[in-house]
Amino acid sequence: MPSASSATTNLIPSVIAKHRDALLDDWVREQLGASSRSGSIKESDLRRQCAEFLKLLREASDGGDPSNLDGDRWQSLKEMLGNISRTRGAQGFTPTETATFVFSLKKPLFTRLLRELGGNAEAVAEETWKATEILDALGLYTTEVFQKARDSLIARQQEEMLELSTPVVKVWDGILALPMIGTLDSTRTQVVMETLLQSIVETGSQIAIIDITGVPTVDTLIAQHLLKTVSAAKLMGADCIISGIRPQIAQTIVHLGIDLGSVTTRATLADALKEGLRRLGTELRALPGREA
Amino acid sequence: MEHIPILRMGAFLLVTIQVDMHDQLAMTLQDDLTERIRKTGARGVLIDISSVDVVDSFIGRMLAGIATMSRLLNAETVVVGMQPAVAITLVELGLPLQGICTALDVERGMDKLRAAIARA
Amino acid sequence: MPVVRNETLPIRTSADVVAVRQKVRAWATELRFSLVDQTKLVTAASELARNALEHGKGGEVRLEILEEPPRRGLRLVFEDRGPGITDVELALKEGYTTGNGLGLGLGGARRLVNEFDIESSPGQGTRVVAVRWT
Repeated sequence: MPSASSATTNLIPSVIAKHRDALLDDWVREQLGASSRSGSIKESDLRRQCAEFLKLLREASDGGDPSNLDGDRWQSLKEMLGNISRTRGAQGFTPTETATFVFSLKKPLFTRLLRELGGNAEAVAEETWKATEILDALGLYTTEVFQKARDSLIARQQEEMLELSTPVVKVWDGILALPMIGTLDSTRTQVVMETLLQSIVETGSQIAIIDITGVPTVDTLIAQHLLKTVSAAKLMGADCIISGIRPQIAQTIVHLGIDLGSVTTRATLADALKEGLRRLGTELRALPGREA
Repeated sequence: MEHIPILRMGAFLLVTIQVDMHDQLAMTLQDDLTERIRKTGARGVLIDISSVDVVDSFIGRMLAGIATMSRLLNAETVVVGMQPAVAITLVELGLPLQGICTALDVERGMDKLRAAIARA
Repeated sequence: MPVVRNETLPIRTSADVVAVRQKVRAWATELRFSLVDQTKLVTAASELARNALEHGKGGEVRLEILEEPPRRGLRLVFEDRGPGITDVELALKEGYTTGNGLGLGLGGARRLVNEFDIESSPGQGTRVVAVRWT
C-alpha cells in the first residue's frame, strides 16, 4: 500500500500508468453517455483526444505542483486543452460541455484511486483532494480559453460592423454621400471622418454630403467631431454639406449653443445633392421629346 | 544653399514640395517665390503638398505667409493635395490657415486660380 | 512602466529638428500606430523640438518605447537648459507667441498627444514629456 505522499507528488501518474486502457474506456464512455452533443464528435476522435490528455496529464502531474498551473510542466497540457476548447467552441459546444471533457474524468479516476489506496481513508481523502484540485483547475481553464476566444470574436465582429455601417457612396461625379445611421460615439465618428477624407482623395470628389437623417441624437461632442471633419475636408479642398437635420436635432444644436459657422446644411439628402450639383456647375434637364 | 524648384506654367508658378523641409529651406522658399512673382508678374501660385506628410505650425505659417505676400504682389495662392492625416492633424492643432485657398489637386487648383483672376 | 527601448537625439540645429521628425516617424511606424496617430505624434514632436531649439536655445530629446500590455506607447522627453518659461499656463494658451511670430506651439502639441507634462521655470530650463499610446 503506497504511503501518504508529500505536497507536490500525487498518485495520478502511477494510476494512469497502471490503469491506462481501462481508465480511457471508462472516461470515453462517461462522455458519450452524458453529453447531448456526443453525436457531433466522432468516437474515434474523442478517444484520441482523451488518450492525448491522459498522456500529457501523466507527464505534467509527475512532479508538477498541482497548486500552480502556471508552471512549466503544465504548459503542454494547457496548450492541448486550449486547442480543444477553441475547436469545440467553434463547433458550437457550450463552455459547460467543453469543461465536462475534463470533469468527466473524475469518476473513473477516483474509482481507481480508491482501489489503489484500499482502506487508507486518510490517503484516499488526500489523493482525491489533490486530483480534484488539478482537474478543477484544468476544467476552469477550458472555460477561460472559451471566454477569451468569444471576446476576440465579438471584437472582430464589432470592427466589421463599424466598417459596414459607414459606407461612403459616390452619388455623382465629384459628389460623395455618407449616410450615417445609428448612434454615434467618439470612436465611430473618428473612423467615419478618416474614411470620408480618404474617399475624397481617392475619388477626387469636391463635394461630400454627410447625411444624419438616421442619427437619433447629436450632442456637443458629436457636433465637434462633425465640424472637425468639415474643417479637415475644407483644408483638403473639398466642401461638406450636412443634410438630414431633423427639427429635433436643429433644436438641440441651438440649445447647446453649437455654432455651425459657415457649414452648409440642408434638410434632406436630395436638397444637398441639388446644392452640390449647383456648385459643380451641373444642371439636370429633361431629355428632349419627353412628356413631363 | 538648397532651393526648392519653382516651375513657371504660363501666368502661374508651381511649387512641388517633396522633401522634409528644415526651417531655413522653408524661409528660402518664401523669399524665392516672392522674388519670382515680382520678376515674372505671375498672377497665381500653386503649392503642391501632396507628398508632404507633416505640416506643423511653422510650415503652416510659412504657407500663410506666402499667401499674404503673394496677394500684396497681385497674385493668388492655392495649396493643393493636402493629405487627410495632415488635414486632421492641422484641425486638431487648431491652425486655422485663414486666407489660404485650397484644392484637391493641381488641375482643380488652376481652375480656382483662373476663376479668381477672372473675378479680379 | 517598462521602457523597452530608448534613444537620445540632439536638438541644436534645424536639421536636427528634421531628424527628430524622421526618427519619431520611423518608431511610430514600427509600433504600428495608425497613419493619423503617427502624423499627430510627429507633428507634436516637430513643435516641441522647434521650441527646444528656438526658445530653449538647444537641447535634446529622448525617445522611449513603453510596454503596458496590451498597449504600447511612444514617449518623448524634451529637455533644454534655456531661459525657461515664466508663465507655463499662459504659454499653453492657444495662439500665444513670443512676439516675433514664432508661437510656442505648446498648446497645440498638447492636443495631439494622449499624455502631456511640462516643467519649467525661469533659469531652470524646460522639460516636456509627451506620450502617445497605440
